[in-house]
Amino acid sequence: MAQREVDQTAIAQMRYGQGTSMDNNDRLRTIFADALGIDKDLVVDELEYNSIPEWDSVAHMALVAAIDEGFEIMLDTDDVIDMSSLSIARDILKKYDVEF
Amino acid sequence: MLTGKYALVTGANRGIGLAILKTLAQHGANVIGGARREGSLDDVCSELSDSCGIEATPVYFDVSQPDQVKAAFQKITRITKQLDIAVNNAGIMDSSLLAMARSEDIESVFATNVFGTIYVMQYAARMMIRHKSGSIINLSSIMGVNGAEGQVVYSGSKAAIIGITRSAAKELAPYQIRVNAIAPGFIDTDMVSSISEEIRRERVDSIKIQRIGTPEDVANCTLFLASDNAAYVTGQVVGVDGGMLV
Ligand SMILES: NC(=O)c1ccc[n+]([C@@H]2O[C@H](COP(=O)([O-])OP(=O)(O)OC[C@H]3O[C@@H](n4cnc5c(N)ncnc54)[C@H](OP(=O)(O)O)[C@@H]3O)[C@@H](O)[C@H]2O)c1
Repeated sequence: MAQREVDQTAIAQMRYGQGTSMDNNDRLRTIFADALGIDKDLVVDELEYNSIPEWDSVAHMALVAAIDEGFEIMLDTDDVIDMSSLSIARDILKKYDVEF
Repeated sequence: MLTGKYALVTGANRGIGLAILKTLAQHGANVIGGARREGSLDDVCSELSDSCGIEATPVYFDVSQPDQVKAAFQKITRITKQLDIAVNNAGIMDSSLLAMARSEDIESVFATNVFGTIYVMQYAARMMIRHKSGSIINLSSIMGVNGAEGQVVYSGSKAAIIGITRSAAKELAPYQIRVNAIAPGFIDTDMVSSISEEIRRERVDSIKIQRIGTPEDVANCTLFLASDNAAYVTGQVVGVDGGMLV
């Protein structure tokens, strides 16, 4: 068990840079790119839900799960529904004491 | 069979839930027992940790309270980053006739049996989606499949579990998360202990296997659905009823 816990933390750190100096904006963009399967250059403030085929409802759930994991939070269902763009995601995360 | 996996079981302090918790632990899973009464699972969990060599942790919450479910999952994510199995077992019964079902009873049965199941599934699925694997098992009932007199409220709630299970199975399949329901028949627990001797006899007479079911009968089916032996089984409602006719 302890081994697995360590492995998971290591994996998460590699993925989203928790516990490293990666800033939260960069971490959020990495999570978006990873969860939506798109190039990080495409993750801009104007990126909106359903505006690209990759950000559909199925990907949205993967995105939410990755944000939960990456920032070690548990998003409220209302926030899951409201999170319709990168900039809105950033505003929502501020409520969870994530600093940008 | 489940070595190294993490399993959450709600309503794990007695009855079917307790049997499921023990069975999953005996097959190597690290178990998280959900119960609403603080302390009611402390002894069980420490016994299971000792006897099965696994990690067993109680988490106290009322499934019908969304804030408590969220807080419980915050605790669960501190226990494990990966949840492999979630068993929605917590449930209550109401046996009023249609004309006599009080609104507060209807609300509390649906709040626990239906809303509680959905709340737990929402967070469990989010944990499972991260790793693209998982098995969710919901406790329905033969009453939810067939209905019975005096069971409008309860059977309605358990029928809802079937719809929830089948829909979530479709929605979560792309993430390799399986969702199945178990529909027990007549199982020997506190839930059926208040039933009169006459009805109890009638019920047992309607069971082809000619005995009341045990919580372990249900736990064994849960074990199968939780395990990789059921890797290609999703969206199913499995009867564990000894061939009971309702
Ligand atoms: N027994 C049967 O014949 C039968 C047949 C078909 C289906 N089922 C289903 O199987 C499941 C287990 O039944 P059972 O016979 O084991 O029942 P039981 O002996 O009455 O146990 C029910 C469990 O659910 C818990 N619970 C109830 N409301 C809760 C809430 N709001 N939040 C958290 N926990 C809650 C109870 O906790 P407390 O100890 O705090 O009350 C208890 O641990 C139920 O969903 C039931 O509908 C049973």
